[in-house]
Amino acid sequence: MDLTLKVWRQKNAKAKGHFETYKVKNISPDSSFLEMLDILNEQLIEEGMDPVAVEKGCKSSGPVAFDHDCREGICGMCSLYINGRAHGPDDEVTTCQLHMRKFHDGDTITIEPWRSAAFPVIKDLVVNRQAFDQILQAGGFISVNTGGAPDANAIPIPKKNADESMDAAACIGCGACVATCKNGSAMLFVAARVSSLALLPQGKPEAARRAKAMVAKMDELGFGACTNTRACEMECPKHITVSHIARLNREYLKAKFKD
Amino acid sequence: MKFCAPCGMIENYLYLWAKIQYNNKMAEKLISKIPEGPLSEKWTKHKSQIRVVSPGNKRKLEIIVIGTGLGGASAAATLGELGYNVKVFCISDSPRRAHSIAAQGGINAAKNYQNDNDSVYRLFYDTIKGGDYRSREANVYRLAEVSNLIIDQCVAQGVPFARDYGGLLDNRSFGGAQVSRTFYARGQTGQQLLLGAYASLNRAISKGNVKSYPRHEMLDLVMIDGEARGIIARNLVTGEIERFGAHAVVLASGGYGNTYFLSTNAMNSNGSAAWQCYKKGAFFANPCFAQIHPTCIPVHGDQQSKLTLMSESLRNDGRIWVPKKKEDVMKLRKGEIKASQIPEEDRDYYLERRYPAFGNLVPRDVASRAAKERCDAGYGVNEHGLAVFLDFKSAIERLGKDVIEARYGNLFQMYEKITDVNPYEEPMMIYPAIHYTMGGLWVDYNLQTTIPGLYAIGEANFSDHGGNRLGASALMQGLADGYFILPYTIGDYLASKIQVPKTDTSHPAFDEAEKAVKDKINKLFSIKGKESVDSIHKRLGHIMWEYVGMARNEEGLKKAITEIRALREEFWKNVYVPGENGEFNPEIEKALRVADFLEIGELMALDALNRKESCGGHFRVEMQTEDGETKRDDENYMYVSAWEYKGANVEPELHKEPLVFENIKIATRNYKD
Repeated sequence: MDLTLKVWRQKNAKAKGHFETYKVKNISPDSSFLEMLDILNEQLIEEGMDPVAVEKGCKSSGPVAFDHDCREGICGMCSLYINGRAHGPDDEVTTCQLHMRKFHDGDTITIEPWRSAAFPVIKDLVVNRQAFDQILQAGGFISVNTGGAPDANAIPIPKKNADESMDAAACIGCGACVATCKNGSAMLFVAARVSSLALLPQGKPEAARRAKAMVAKMDELGFGACTNTRACEMECPKHITVSHIARLNREYLKAKFKD
Repeated sequence: MKFCAPCGMIENYLYLWAKIQYNNKMAEKLISKIPEGPLSEKWTKHKSQIRVVSPGNKRKLEIIVIGTGLGGASAAATLGELGYNVKVFCISDSPRRAHSIAAQGGINAAKNYQNDNDSVYRLFYDTIKGGDYRSREANVYRLAEVSNLIIDQCVAQGVPFARDYGGLLDNRSFGGAQVSRTFYARGQTGQQLLLGAYASLNRAISKGNVKSYPRHEMLDLVMIDGEARGIIARNLVTGEIERFGAHAVVLASGGYGNTYFLSTNAMNSNGSAAWQCYKKGAFFANPCFAQIHPTCIPVHGDQQSKLTLMSESLRNDGRIWVPKKKEDVMKLRKGEIKASQIPEEDRDYYLERRYPAFGNLVPRDVASRAAKERCDAGYGVNEHGLAVFLDFKSAIERLGKDVIEARYGNLFQMYEKITDVNPYEEPMMIYPAIHYTMGGLWVDYNLQTTIPGLYAIGEANFSDHGGNRLGASALMQGLADGYFILPYTIGDYLASKIQVPKTDTSHPAFDEAEKAVKDKINKLFSIKGKESVDSIHKRLGHIMWEYVGMARNEEGLKKAITEIRALREEFWKNVYVPGENGEFNPEIEKALRVADFLEIGELMALDALNRKESCGGHFRVEMQTEDGETKRDDENYMYVSAWEYKGANVEPELHKEPLVFENIKIATRNYKD
């Protein structure tokens, strides 16, 4: 496949960004999207080391920076906005699981970073998602020290609750929900954690404090409000549903009533 | 033949005495500190004898933890809870991204919840046997002993393990075991355990006991008066070279599987932090022991950058086969028929045929070699002839599609996304790939390396898995080290440091280390050659897979060493690193790592050359039984090889830690009956 790529280039957080257009040729439909970007980068690196081109003043802006790591859809590191959709045109996948067979020969593909006030660009397609860590540090845990835990089978947990908790716990913290939301809200991310823990007996004692603290931190960090458009759910690569937002709202209201 | 019992005993004692003398001489630099006493009491006794640090003094002590996978995150969180001042570093944008997150199948523990006669001893025995008798008895027993605590801890943290309708925990089986002792959270067990450890870490961060440094890469270890006292790290966002001091350093930086370029490891996983420690004097143990996982999605072309694992748990219900007839193989390769069209009688379920007792659940090294044997014999089923089938047909018939979907749904989805083939209808195609490294920094019973104050945990050390790791044991080891072992043993060392002031990072040792790092970075930018970092890494990968892969021989290993040396020279003359240091620059990150892979690969080949026996994942072609199984040489190689760095381009010195098996009868591994 031969493709035209329009890629967002931005030197650092303070610089102004712009699109640059590149061509890549002979891409296998079995390649993953990120392997295609590897090929583009190899091409850009070769251009950069060509002394003739450099002498002529063709200054290459170098390889495109993008985040990636496990390349099997679980680490949550990859984060591209492809043709106007978080993680591209396929459903329930991360960018690293997107394959070129989802595109056509001759296509033009636009590639942008997550765009959200809470996720500033570091370089090109790489953004800073430390705000997610900060939200979890505010209360996304069960306060238990290592050691002294009761036997794992001491408290039975209904299978349904454990399964539902696992559905929410599947969140990989990629940020597609924030990038997709018109308000830049992190509600789905926060709800996934709150809901996962609230469904388990171990998470109950702190449920109220957790919901309040995490929501407060989310607001403080500049994420927007939730207006129930459900766009986040549509683009979540792990199929986290907005029912967890409903549970978060219940937990939050319960906590507020108690105050 | 012994004529009378007393003479025989004296003979035995004399032999043992001579052996101990010999061992002591061999291991003069390697003091493993294994406690005396019966196996099952060693850890309890040891814990009661080592020193502890009072809460008031813990506040004064600083610890650096490198890496935030299961080992690093659990250690940093626990040390923070105990009141130490912890600084934790990771190369990704958040601790939660560490590659432990990708572990799919499960975590072992000797709970015996299934009443199938499991026990601490059986888990210990299976692990030693699975590792082909090349791991340390005392360490492995301790691992099995604390395994149950891990499950308790994780449940308390809110890890949503799979449960049965009665609300109690469910288990499944993994390779190398005849009991069901593997706990799991769908096909995302590593993710859930890491999120548990990461949550504890977040709690410790919020309390102020731990400070997190994401997007920071350790580039050197700083030693003062022979002790580990800090690190030099590169801020990956700004490129700044920064100094951090501590009273001890814990390395939890994972393995070096990416030496092979293509592996199931994450793209950024690397061996550099451990390698810098090796160059500063920490011995590197068993570098040639690399695990090749039998069930990975086969390579599709030369543009590929990463291999994807299909969890071992699939072997609970999947059956592995190739066609019996070559003509079927040819038709499959040409796409003239589909696997599902081949009748039962024409299928060779070769694992069930060769290993009736364990069948599809033989350990990973055995399953990998068996797949290679069939493919080498011309029965490989994809267009490159390098794939076998993993088939769920009979499981779907027996249990129904819904049950299979509930068990493995996310894995099936992942497979379909990558290959565009629906595994509910057609069998998966799989082939072995590099997955894990059993070798790592040499550590004593306290998990301390040969450098005082430097500890290594999880995949970064060598101690528990011998020549082959059993499935679902990596998660167990990472968390055992981080939650329950290191936090105790490090106290014994730190108890002697309570009056040592905080490390002064303006000490000349920091100047020197920082200068060396900066010089290396500047050198890499200044070469301006003609080869990209990745292209050299790919070439290294080819050499490694060809000669230091699934089958190794003397000639090939010698060739590998020559070729790696030549490639390394080429790298330092002809690599091209674009951009500059003072920016976010993944190319310089990769260049620094590949520079180290080019040295690690050579040590792996050297170690493989030295070990003229086959054991676990290390298969020397010269040493095999008539039916192609590994043939150990216990007489000459029942030791841990620990390599000491002697300078650039100088052969490292080999030290041997003899392995003594007092509680297990050494035998040839048998998975047949």
